[in-house]
Amino acid sequence: MATTVIPFGPQHPVLPEPVHLTLKVEDEIVKEAIPALGYVHRGLEKLADIRDYHQMITVCERVCGICSMIHAVCYSQAIEELMDIEIPDRAALLRVIWSELHRTHSHLLWLGLFADAFGFESLFMQFWKIRERIMDINEATTGSRVIVSVNVIGGVRADLSPDQIRWILSEIDIVEKEVRQLQDTIMNDYTVKARTCGVGTLTKEQAYELGAAGPTLRGSGVAQDMRMLGYGGYSQIDFEPIVETSGDCWARSTVRFRECLQSMDLVRQAISKLPEGDIRVKVKGNPPEGEAYARVEQPRGECVYYIKGNGTKHLDRLRIRTPTFANIPPLLAMMPECELADVPVIILSIDPCISCTER
Amino acid sequence: MIGKVIDVTPETLVGEVMNLKNDGQRLVTFSTYQEDEKKIGILYHFDKNLETTHLRLVTDMDKPIPSISGVLFAALLVENEIRDQWDVEFDGLVLDFNRSLYLDPEVTQVPLVSNVKIEPKK
Repeated sequence: MATTVIPFGPQHPVLPEPVHLTLKVEDEIVKEAIPALGYVHRGLEKLADIRDYHQMITVCERVCGICSMIHAVCYSQAIEELMDIEIPDRAALLRVIWSELHRTHSHLLWLGLFADAFGFESLFMQFWKIRERIMDINEATTGSRVIVSVNVIGGVRADLSPDQIRWILSEIDIVEKEVRQLQDTIMNDYTVKARTCGVGTLTKEQAYELGAAGPTLRGSGVAQDMRMLGYGGYSQIDFEPIVETSGDCWARSTVRFRECLQSMDLVRQAISKLPEGDIRVKVKGNPPEGEAYARVEQPRGECVYYIKGNGTKHLDRLRIRTPTFANIPPLLAMMPECELADVPVIILSIDPCISCTER
Repeated sequence: MIGKVIDVTPETLVGEVMNLKNDGQRLVTFSTYQEDEKKIGILYHFDKNLETTHLRLVTDMDKPIPSISGVLFAALLVENEIRDQWDVEFDGLVLDFNRSLYLDPEVTQVPLVSNVKIEPKK
């Protein structure tokens, strides 16, 4: 059988992000996939040389728009560990609220794109319509819809008033109700299952050994979620990771769908435990010195920051490992023996963010 | 830094990684930093049940570093990334992008090492 080499991406109608794969195909069956990156590489880590450690929050938020809030949380936690800063309880829970709102809008965005990948346009529009409510909450509470910029070293810069809290609770009730109305379609519809069940299967052992992260790992049956660490305000909240075991595209989409509903619950829990008090502490003392390693759970999975400070306002080193970077080797393992027509669905199933990956 | 740190040398690195793999540890990623003008520091981060273990390798930049991609395939992307950003070589890398994973062939400045220039690729 002759082998055909097909360049897939970086521009493709179904890809929201410019990932490039070289596919070796025999008779429309993929035999091998080789990745190529670098299309949107920006060298953001190097900016730590010229931006001080406070300004770097702004840079970290721009590693990725969709998980900007959680990037900032991870970076702030690393700096706060180095400088021995304990943030107020209210700030920790406000970080949880905005993080979970980010997770919800990221998952809803992805569920829409995923529906689009297998040609279900009306489902795509339904998910994006629901997502608008979350974007409105972000805008009303922070001033921005996507990059909310609420984190500062030592806490957060914005607070929620009682009126805003009541409004958020009523909005997430509506979001939850509308998301549940789509549950049967995304999880049980015959045509959706035909395009996702048994497609791009990653076993539990493969997922673990290849270092998969987030819904890709949990969709293969590994109950690992960085929120279990109890970082920030998560230590005050009841939380169990959501796991599916079939390891295919259906499992990964189901994990994300169920996590949307879980995030609504976490927002409610965080609001119910929100104490009165300060939202930030003043940063005192010398600039950060030493090494710190921080991990948080983004919508796409585990995000890792390594920071090395030298006691000046500029960091010696900022290293960011984003979840999509971890999910590329597992993606390569999902490809062999799949049909060429399933490639977009499989790629979408890891929720690729190439601007994150390349930074 | 949170987690246990184990110092390794180029000679003991692959064996230690094998031990951690056999212990059921999952590779998270590596982080790099400049130890001094001629030395690079690499931290290999592993995880098991949310407990972190780091291997710390400090070695010369101008000598090849043993690749662990033969033991853990997922390491290949990180090693290629480090190759791009620090201009160090990895011995035994299973898929070597030869300094072109992120960078275009005409790039001559090594991104994370000051004042080091390299020949553009033909």
